[in-house]
Amino acid sequence: MSKHSITIEINGESFTREVDSRKLLIHFLRDDLALTGTHIGCDTSSCGACTILLNGKSIKACTFFAVQANNQKIETIEGVEQGGQLHPLQEGFHQEHGLQCGFCTPGMIMRGKELLEKNPNPTEEEIRWGISGNLCRCTGYSNIIKSIQYAANKLNEKQEEAA
Amino acid sequence: MIMCKTSKEIGGMGHSLKRKEDARFIRGLGKYTDDVQLPGMLYMDIARSPFAYAKIKSIDKSVAMEIPGVLAVITGEDLKQYNLHWMPTLMSDTQMVLPTDTVMYQAQEVAAVIATDRYIAADAVQALENSIEYDSMKPIIDPHKALDADAPLLRPDKDGKTDNHIWHWQTGDEEATEKAFSEAEVVVKEQVYIPRIHVASIETCGCVASYEKAEGKLTVWMTTQAPHAIRTVIALVAGHVGLSEERIRIISPDIGGGFGGKVPVYPGYVIAIAASFLIGKPVKWIEDRSENLQADSFARDYHMTVELASTKEGKMTGLRIKTLADHGYTDAAANPSKFPSGLFSIVTGSYDIPTAFTEMDAVYTNKPPGGVAYRCSFRVTEAVHAIERITDVLAQKLGRDPADLRFQNFIQKDQFPYRSALGWEYDSGDYAPALRMAMDMVGYEELRKEQAEKRARGELMGIGISSFTEIVGAGPSKDFDILGIKMFDSAEVRIHPTGKAIARFGTKSQGQGHETTYAQILAEELGIPAMHIQIEEGDTDTAPYGLGTYASRSTPTAGAAAAKAAHKIRDKARKIAAYLLEVSEEDLEWEPGKFFVKGAPERSKTIQDIAFAAYTNHPQGMEAGLEATHYYDPPNLTFPFGSYICVMDIDPKTAEMKIRRFVAIDDCGNIINPMIVTGQIHGGLAMGIAPAMYEELIYDDDGNILNGTFMDYLLPTSVETPNWETGHTITPSPHHPLGAKGVAESPTVGAPPAVANAVVDALSHLGVTHVDIPVTPFKVWQILKEKGVIS
Repeated sequence: MSKHSITIEINGESFTREVDSRKLLIHFLRDDLALTGTHIGCDTSSCGACTILLNGKSIKACTFFAVQANNQKIETIEGVEQGGQLHPLQEGFHQEHGLQCGFCTPGMIMRGKELLEKNPNPTEEEIRWGISGNLCRCTGYSNIIKSIQYAANKLNEKQEEAA
Repeated sequence: MIMCKTSKEIGGMGHSLKRKEDARFIRGLGKYTDDVQLPGMLYMDIARSPFAYAKIKSIDKSVAMEIPGVLAVITGEDLKQYNLHWMPTLMSDTQMVLPTDTVMYQAQEVAAVIATDRYIAADAVQALENSIEYDSMKPIIDPHKALDADAPLLRPDKDGKTDNHIWHWQTGDEEATEKAFSEAEVVVKEQVYIPRIHVASIETCGCVASYEKAEGKLTVWMTTQAPHAIRTVIALVAGHVGLSEERIRIISPDIGGGFGGKVPVYPGYVIAIAASFLIGKPVKWIEDRSENLQADSFARDYHMTVELASTKEGKMTGLRIKTLADHGYTDAAANPSKFPSGLFSIVTGSYDIPTAFTEMDAVYTNKPPGGVAYRCSFRVTEAVHAIERITDVLAQKLGRDPADLRFQNFIQKDQFPYRSALGWEYDSGDYAPALRMAMDMVGYEELRKEQAEKRARGELMGIGISSFTEIVGAGPSKDFDILGIKMFDSAEVRIHPTGKAIARFGTKSQGQGHETTYAQILAEELGIPAMHIQIEEGDTDTAPYGLGTYASRSTPTAGAAAAKAAHKIRDKARKIAAYLLEVSEEDLEWEPGKFFVKGAPERSKTIQDIAFAAYTNHPQGMEAGLEATHYYDPPNLTFPFGSYICVMDIDPKTAEMKIRRFVAIDDCGNIINPMIVTGQIHGGLAMGIAPAMYEELIYDDDGNILNGTFMDYLLPTSVETPNWETGHTITPSPHHPLGAKGVAESPTVGAPPAVANAVVDALSHLGVTHVDIPVTPFKVWQILKEKGVIS
């Protein structure tokens, strides 16, 4: 098994490690760096529990090699809270009861983050299609949609205040 | 309208308090079993059978053992040395931990590998799977063939067993029912299949077992809904190798969804524990999704023949059901001991049916064992589907509106407590207002008009009703036990000197929000703000003994225990307050948070004052401290109910189906946290439409599973799931200290027949009386083709 030295910027911090070429990004994050907020729910990139942002784009880390992320920027759930301030998505999931067991939540939040960056005013239908690659078994989705709408409103208010 | 006795600051019952547990989950700081990492931890992976039924000819460990980093390969023969190759199931059957000679279903565990790294373990499993030789045999897949004369005897290991019959169970008055049917003016009959499905919580199962040789102590972090019961089972199974109960600690950390799939003991847990015990290092085993779907306990798989008798005016007079239950190769269901088919006998439902008889036969097949929950533990879903489907079949036969027929047959409010024909005493209910509310919310009469107009135009829409009665909160100790352990539950409450509290429970949340709702119950009863009450569950070294969380039993049992423990604390607090205020106990009145002197409300002591005094200035002769424990043995089960209406549109050309509306009116008695209750209902509804429209574990004739991954076992996504419209009526339980009943499984029980009834309703003018779930577009397309709607 060949080893590779990789350097990845994760949540603003640079990490350099030796990894096997076959090591999946999800195992690199969870086992090597103890960033266990990103979860594993399936082996087929069907459930989205392992969703992270790679250069701002959501990907499923269970079907992505760690070496593919070399020299790139990753954001995980652990980097979403900034300076002790919850992100509006985190607030939204809490306020709107958008989580129960919490297992899918990090993936949902990461997916929601990209969704709102690309489309700050999504319709309910757009949110439903936008998170359709992330499975939740607890909530029946309605409150997750409300959580993302809560965040969209909050982010838009902030935008207006700034303008 | 929900009335609150406490202020928002105290946050007792009825307040939609935001969840305390969210703080860690929204930051990715939850701690699930797979997040546990220990120094020197080894990884376990499992080689599985490619065949549904085969003799093991040989297992060659050498190729796997040669891989650097592989420490051990464990087979059934290895476990046999310690008499650990078989284990008991919860239903007093036996299940292989690892086989010594025969495999009984595809994906069964055959051997385990222990390695220093998860990738090396996976390499070794691949090598091992290539080094096992089998003689495959023709399996029994169809349970109807399990009792054929030429069927192979699947369990020759069981003494005296000569066929594949597991048990026969029956209840009700057979003779009276026979008479009701022979005298009936109208009889309807349908074959109803409730398919084999899987809970598929997003977190799979697994454990980290850590045996510390020096102390002789085993600690296991485990994805379990019932940690105490697991500890006792391990002590009973492995006591002979030196694991006695005081040296076993089960920690059930955060759980990524349970729904009943995390009640059983799976072979993987036992092998990991055995490996850690023998090697003396921590061993992690986390199954992957395909292992989870293919080998862990299934739910349901009931083949039912359902018959309902009535007068020609529509008064139900008798119900008769015969069921064939496919249990796989062992009975590893999770039911109370005296109820091999769970609480199926709730099957008379919401209707005043004078006589009923139900019988059931369970058989072995070459499929995975189980018969556990799918968010409904004790076969209530099967029962509700039977009665709610056959009620619609009767309405169709009589040309009656299905809502009308329900109103006519409902058990009336003044009949409660109501003794059902199959022996249950329903605690309370008021069914008509719930159905009326659902009909008003959905606009029932207008929808019926719309349907008639659409039919005239050749368009298809259906309106499906389900008016279910649930049975939860197991259960009274006279009838309910699991492996002999009575199904009470417990709460231990300690008030700190500064008036804050910690409370521990024998249950275990898997997303239900116990850290919030239990705190609210204590806030209600003690007046201490819920935010100042810390709730802990899941660590057998610290929590009081309990049977865990499943079957919507936590509020009816542990929730009641919390209230009772709080009352004990209040009794002592009253004595301390009387001492501090220098009055007699009888002169004091309680309001949430304080005792005051009757007629002189300015003279009072808060619960915080009293707590401080309990440690600093308690009356002479009284024990210091302020704490209480209660083990609650419920006097009866609770009977939540509801009425659901599903509006379904079907494309007459493609048979594509879309749920346009779904209205759910639930009555779970008094509500602790409305936000959480509504969330539980949303989730349960999604797990109701899932088996109704999408999910089924499918096997071919050779026992190969055809959809054992998330690519093809279809969980509903946000796109298929409709917007839920919910509402409540409130009929308190008369025997529960808080008047609460339990709620989380109601929607999973009530929703599938609403969906199925909507589809049949859309097709009823074509002469369709029944479609088995899941009602897929393909099934409906075939019907439309057969009926000439699609040419």
